[in-house]
Amino acid sequence: MFKAGDYLVLLALCALLVVAFLQLGRHAGEASEVIVRQNGSETVRLPLRLNRLHVARGPLGLTEIEIRDGQARIRRDPSPRQYCVQQGWLRHSGDIAVCLPNRVSIELAGPRLAHDSLAY
Amino acid sequence: MTRSPTERTLQASADDHRIASLAALAIALGMVDAAIPSPLPGVKPGLANIMTLFALHTLGWRAAVWVTLLRVVGAGLLLGSLFTPGFWLSLGGALASLLLLGACRVLPSRHFSLVSHSLLAAQAHLLGQLLLVRLFLIPYDNILLLFPPLALTALLGGLANGLIASHLVQAHDKD
Repeated sequence: MFKAGDYLVLLALCALLVVAFLQLGRHAGEASEVIVRQNGSETVRLPLRLNRLHVARGPLGLTEIEIRDGQARIRRDPSPRQYCVQQGWLRHSGDIAVCLPNRVSIELAGPRLAHDSLAY
Repeated sequence: MTRSPTERTLQASADDHRIASLAALAIALGMVDAAIPSPLPGVKPGLANIMTLFALHTLGWRAAVWVTLLRVVGAGLLLGSLFTPGFWLSLGGALASLLLLGACRVLPSRHFSLVSHSLLAAQAHLLGQLLLVRLFLIPYDNILLLFPPLALTALLGGLANGLIASHLVQAHDKD
């Protein structure tokens, strides 16, 4: 009943399945939103799939946060050393850019980090 | 009463009768499918496809197409889901797997049995449905994240149905 080719098909499909699950694992680690914090507390969450420019007002002035093509960056900031601007585009869940003098930070979050909202 | 000149009588051939009885069995198995509780939408054993495979191997691809389409419409009528999204998904999956079964005829039967056909058709069924969902019901790529778990259940279902169908074909060939 089982012929050689059947084992081949079964093996190929199993391999495909393993690849699919690995891809799923990688996808789950992808970021889906940007958490904007001011003075250390969260002010807004922005979805990464919508391109937009968000402006946060800190003690030194305006910090511009740009979201484009699933990535986010600090586009402009009044901090003297511009560390957070030089960090460039953030792509992965957990990536953080902090503009300490202006007390603004952005963090990328994925489905995994959002877990605590489900647990409570 | 005088016979109308345009009246025609259709003669049902022996194959038509076989197709009809296989379709009836497929509809009955489709009811069993619908009655089995499912942990996730989209997870189904697909027992009705045993009849498609049986028709494919005893009567040929055209008969398999007939049995499947009759089953999809008949089960839709009995479940009250005719022309609902669920019906279109079932039709989409059925057409995708029938196309793949048609393409499977190039596989040499010396090396590939009905089990291969069942395994491949189960995946085609899933892909056809997911494509339909992505295009019309939930136009968002996240729906493709459902593929790995559903593909696993399709693999198991395809394997089980293939084995059952090949037992049936063997029993049929002995008669």
